[in-house]
Amino acid sequence: MLIREPKGFDGLDQGQVDGSKMNFQEIFKKYKPERDSLIPLLQEIQKNQGYISRESLKEIAKYIDVSENDIYGVATFFAQFRFTKPGDHIINICLGTACHVRGGQRIYEDVCNYLGIKSGETTKDYKFSLLRVACFGSCALAPVVVIDNNVYGRMTPQMVRKLLDEI
Amino acid sequence: MIERFKELKRKAEIEWENFNNSKQIRMLIGAATCGIASGALKVCDSFKKEIKTKKIQCEIYEVGCIGMCYAEPIVEICLPDKRRIMYGNVNEKILPQIIDDVILKNNPRIDLALCTTGEMKIPGIKQITELPMLNKQQRIVLRNAGIIDPVNINHYIARDGYSALLKAFTITPADVIKEVKDSMLRGRGGAGFHTGVKWEIARNTESDIKYIICNADEGDPGAFMDRAVLESDPHSVLEGMIIAAYAVGTRNGYIYVRAEYPLAVKRLKIAIEQAYNLGFLGRDIMGSGFDFEIEIKEGAGAFVCGEETALIASIEGRRGMPSSRPPFPAVCGLHKKPTVINNVETFANVPWIIQKGADTFAQLGTTKSKGTKVFALAGKVKHTGLIEVPMGITLKEVIYDIGGGIPNNKRLKAVQTGGPSGGCIPAELMDLKVDYEELTKAGSIMGSGGMIVLDEDTCIVDIARYFLEFTNNESCGKCIPCRIGSVHLLQYLTAITQGNASLSYIDKLEELSETIRLCSLCGLGQTLPNPVLSTIKYFRNEYEAHIKEKHCQALVCKDLIEYFIDIDKCTGCNLCFKICPVNAITGELKQVHSIDSKKCIRCGQCLDVCPTKVSAVKKGVCKN
Repeated sequence: MLIREPKGFDGLDQGQVDGSKMNFQEIFKKYKPERDSLIPLLQEIQKNQGYISRESLKEIAKYIDVSENDIYGVATFFAQFRFTKPGDHIINICLGTACHVRGGQRIYEDVCNYLGIKSGETTKDYKFSLLRVACFGSCALAPVVVIDNNVYGRMTPQMVRKLLDEI
Repeated sequence: MIERFKELKRKAEIEWENFNNSKQIRMLIGAATCGIASGALKVCDSFKKEIKTKKIQCEIYEVGCIGMCYAEPIVEICLPDKRRIMYGNVNEKILPQIIDDVILKNNPRIDLALCTTGEMKIPGIKQITELPMLNKQQRIVLRNAGIIDPVNINHYIARDGYSALLKAFTITPADVIKEVKDSMLRGRGGAGFHTGVKWEIARNTESDIKYIICNADEGDPGAFMDRAVLESDPHSVLEGMIIAAYAVGTRNGYIYVRAEYPLAVKRLKIAIEQAYNLGFLGRDIMGSGFDFEIEIKEGAGAFVCGEETALIASIEGRRGMPSSRPPFPAVCGLHKKPTVINNVETFANVPWIIQKGADTFAQLGTTKSKGTKVFALAGKVKHTGLIEVPMGITLKEVIYDIGGGIPNNKRLKAVQTGGPSGGCIPAELMDLKVDYEELTKAGSIMGSGGMIVLDEDTCIVDIARYFLEFTNNESCGKCIPCRIGSVHLLQYLTAITQGNASLSYIDKLEELSETIRLCSLCGLGQTLPNPVLSTIKYFRNEYEAHIKEKHCQALVCKDLIEYFIDIDKCTGCNLCFKICPVNAITGELKQVHSIDSKKCIRCGQCLDVCPTKVSAVKKGVCKN
């Protein structure tokens, strides 16, 4: 049986209104109204509100004059973009070659068990989101786990549990 | 032009001189991502606290990566008498000892020291060049890594930085291209196309606008050369790009860098800002009349965007899907204009070539592969890290002399080069010379430079399955052979690792691989069968053992192994019972425990916690 990677794109959020608080004009000012600005715009919006809301797609569509549908197509192509609200802490588990050889998969499975979620999912209390990533480029310290942009090297399942308990 | 640069250089040299020959005590700490991941910043903080309480005058500098990642965090202490000593694996226990003994009591602590770095020798401590990990290396791309402060442009200038650019301005663009062509520098991103030829094509294509793009979308799992170069010496890449821009005749440059490398992006931004401020970027560079701008584009997490046409699509705000070549980007690329796309490492080589001459560069390496190559050495090897070696070095030298061999007295099984596009080279072929041609002949590729060492505890079929899972996930879906073919390859491989396959699967794998290789649109698809083909070629017996005997020799494939407790050894310490996440272990305290194989999920945590003195928990071949 083939296990497909869940990508966390379980459809657009329905009406979570975080988007409305965003000042799109502030962000748009920094970019030219052309198609080339699309990915930087999506990145900046995600940085600000944590994910790409339906409303932001509409706003970008108006600004660069590309259809919403087209923008959604581009955004879903790239692994970076999320369409649902993420948890407060984002756990990235590296499954690059070196991490795989040194036991990254075991760590991933243990975190799945521990938190009861899979890659691309968020815990019910919105505390943690889990993602598996193919290489952070810290292979010499494999296996690697990245929590909220802090890189932790030479990990074991027990050490990761401890890190999560401390948050 | 020259006067202005001389003035900058003079100032930079004074600063560099002060940095190196200061009467002050100095502490240098390696603070690239791997250093930080090992706790370099924590060490730095406690160092600051200690020197404050002990009232020691000391300057602290964060430098880049020297490449010895296995010893991170690395701290270098420079004493006023010019002695410079490096200490590895520094933690909060060792740090106070270093401060008390080395700084206060003038005892260099030979037992803790890794090496000395300055000219001053200390009896009992090796010099850095004598370390086995470094003495076979030849550093061109990494010439400044770990030596200079990466966010200080003056350090770069003082070490002959931007001199190559000034030299390039004194000759014609055609001469610059000739020099790069003569050096026979080939693209370091993987495919190995001649850099000078690419530049010439773009130069000769008539167009009002042309582009230079630095490809820093290092997506290969197991590779971190570009990250380390950008974090440790960003200016060398910028200088290479400016020289390329001058040679090709363009004023627009982009650096396409992975979003997963936040520190590299940060340091690049600082470097670009500094280059603008001193006049190495922008209008009328150094009074030469030549203009050039660089903009950073952050990738958005798609492996296929390392392929140049997909990279262009993503900069243009489209789905990152490759398109067929020709036309090649050098003729018709970004916005349909001639575009030169080179890898980070390629650009970092350029200033050195211009500075020292094509002949000096071409003396290094083999007939068709010149110069050096940076490799990210990782996996089951003692000295993991970043190395730069001349082309033509043997794999044996890399793994045993530089890498220090395999840890825990294990046996070497294979070396994986080239990431998901490469293959596994078995232990018997360790005399193979590392260059583009030889690696391709052996069924692998040079790739961007990831080198993962595999020992006897690695299952070869599992490795092939791992790479297919990766490429299957990253396939953009545009062409059918890659999109559907990768799914089927993965299904066959998964069935083999689960013990649900027949021998005909091996033939099916080979046949389908050939089809995918011939029919796919881009490099991702054309090379994705390499991990499968190379492992079948060299390790067919392991495939057959999985299929016929349902036997995974390395005890990796979960469906073919089980965990059990040796009743003669178990002391009933209860540790495994407590850690088991699925309550598969039963047994009272001080009584022999047992594992219910049906409930067990093979996470292996019981094996980890079982005390080494007891080692009652065992892993073995599945008996059913």
